[in-house]
Amino acid sequence: MEEILAVEHLSKSFTIHNLGKQIEVLRDINIAVKEGEFIGITGKSGSGKSTVLKCVYRTYAPQEGGIWYNSKEFGLINLMKASDRQVIYLRKHEIGYVSQFLNVMPRTTAWGLIKQAVLEMGHEENYAKREAEKMLKHFELDSGLWDSYPVTFSGGEKLRLNIAMAMVKHPRLLLLDEPTASLDFASKLKVKELIEQLIKEGTTMMGIFHDLEFMANLCNRRYEMSDGKLVYIIPKNLQ
Amino acid sequence: MSDFEQPVLSVSLLNKQYGNGCASCRSSRRDRLIKNYCPVCGTVYACRDITFEVHAGEILGVVGESGSGKSTLMQCLYFDQDVSGGGAYISAYKNGQANIFAESSQQKRYIRNHIMGKVYQNPVMGLKMDFTAIGNIAEKLIAAGNRNVGRMEARGMGLLEHVNIPVYRAKEVPKNFSGGMRQRVQIAKALSNNPPLLLLDEVTTGLDLPVQASVLDLIKKIQRERDISVVVVSHDLGVIRMLADRTVVMLDGRIIEQGLTDQILEDPQHNYTQHLVQALLG
Repeated sequence: MEEILAVEHLSKSFTIHNLGKQIEVLRDINIAVKEGEFIGITGKSGSGKSTVLKCVYRTYAPQEGGIWYNSKEFGLINLMKASDRQVIYLRKHEIGYVSQFLNVMPRTTAWGLIKQAVLEMGHEENYAKREAEKMLKHFELDSGLWDSYPVTFSGGEKLRLNIAMAMVKHPRLLLLDEPTASLDFASKLKVKELIEQLIKEGTTMMGIFHDLEFMANLCNRRYEMSDGKLVYIIPKNLQ
Repeated sequence: MSDFEQPVLSVSLLNKQYGNGCASCRSSRRDRLIKNYCPVCGTVYACRDITFEVHAGEILGVVGESGSGKSTLMQCLYFDQDVSGGGAYISAYKNGQANIFAESSQQKRYIRNHIMGKVYQNPVMGLKMDFTAIGNIAEKLIAAGNRNVGRMEARGMGLLEHVNIPVYRAKEVPKNFSGGMRQRVQIAKALSNNPPLLLLDEVTTGLDLPVQASVLDLIKKIQRERDISVVVVSHDLGVIRMLADRTVVMLDGRIIEQGLTDQILEDPQHNYTQHLVQALLG
């Protein structure tokens, strides 16, 4: 299997000018992900888990190290140094991000949102409509909700929509930022099923979860973080 | 995708000053300025060395406090004001090879009428208040060389319908319209000649929240459907977060930071941007 992502010696700190402070959040992080793998990141709140994912997605600008991504379009590219245009392209076509919050255009229906994600990739309207419908069915969103605004959805429904919006693009790399936080047990099980399905389909994923039981036997490797550092790596058979 | 594709709009070292400047402020020691104002001669440097690009199908946000030069930048780009220096290049005009600021008045009119559309913060600037709504659109169509009344009327009606102005009110003057309706007529007018580039200057300022929302929805919808490039100026980061792919931050006439919108909002690097994000988003 080919390596799709290599995070090398990644460091990130935030400078807060009005307090005259520099907060070091990540120190010398090294993670390698092969195609089709599911990598878990765990650790206490504030240990820097989300920061790693946000650096990969380029929501945060890291200071040191490299984030090497093997892109279909650009070949091997350092995401830290990629231009904004390249990052926008990769977000539209290759890298998906799912957080626990659904942050979307208000007053757009669930169907419209998924359709929009397909249109962004340059596909035509009819194809986008068909793909959106397929996804809504696939993630078992009640057909009564398709033409509703997500603001009226339950937590589990919002999450499924969130994942559907990312998955409809068939990303090569999917980043999951605590998607099960604040979900009840039944909804968590649903997410677990979805992840198992994505693993079967060969999607490469990096996910953050608080719930260790939830992650057990799902990931190929689990990276435990503490205080901005990777403290140990747990292989699948020891999870 | 090639990262070297030609941008739709490329602005290079745009400068705009009010006043002639003096030895003190023209020298390289611009630190003598108070913000962007020279205390010796009273010259205001409204835009200083502004450089950015807008690509096809992209929405670029421009944010900054009042007086930071956002609107002056828009006015310069739409030839409402002459620039003091610098250039701007539009791919749809002479293949992006000509500095539009150096063109003749006739050519500038051509660019305004065919290549750019602008929506002003104040509808009085963008609309003729004693022309009917459809007359306003016809004015822009005539300026672009259309002469067939029937076709112009059909086009105008179609555009007004698209921006949710009821057809039966098309022959009323915008004076009778609400703020949100006036903005929507402006948007229809700006789009009338299918420009590849749309400039939006604080289009939601002064509107109440539901109307703001409907105007923003409309902009997003139009941008999606027509795949046009948009430069949107706002001091409201909520508007920018909702619309813009990339954002530039202006302070005292300068661009101090630019990048992906989520990066500007979640990991701002400049002291002022941090201050702005904290103040406006909490």
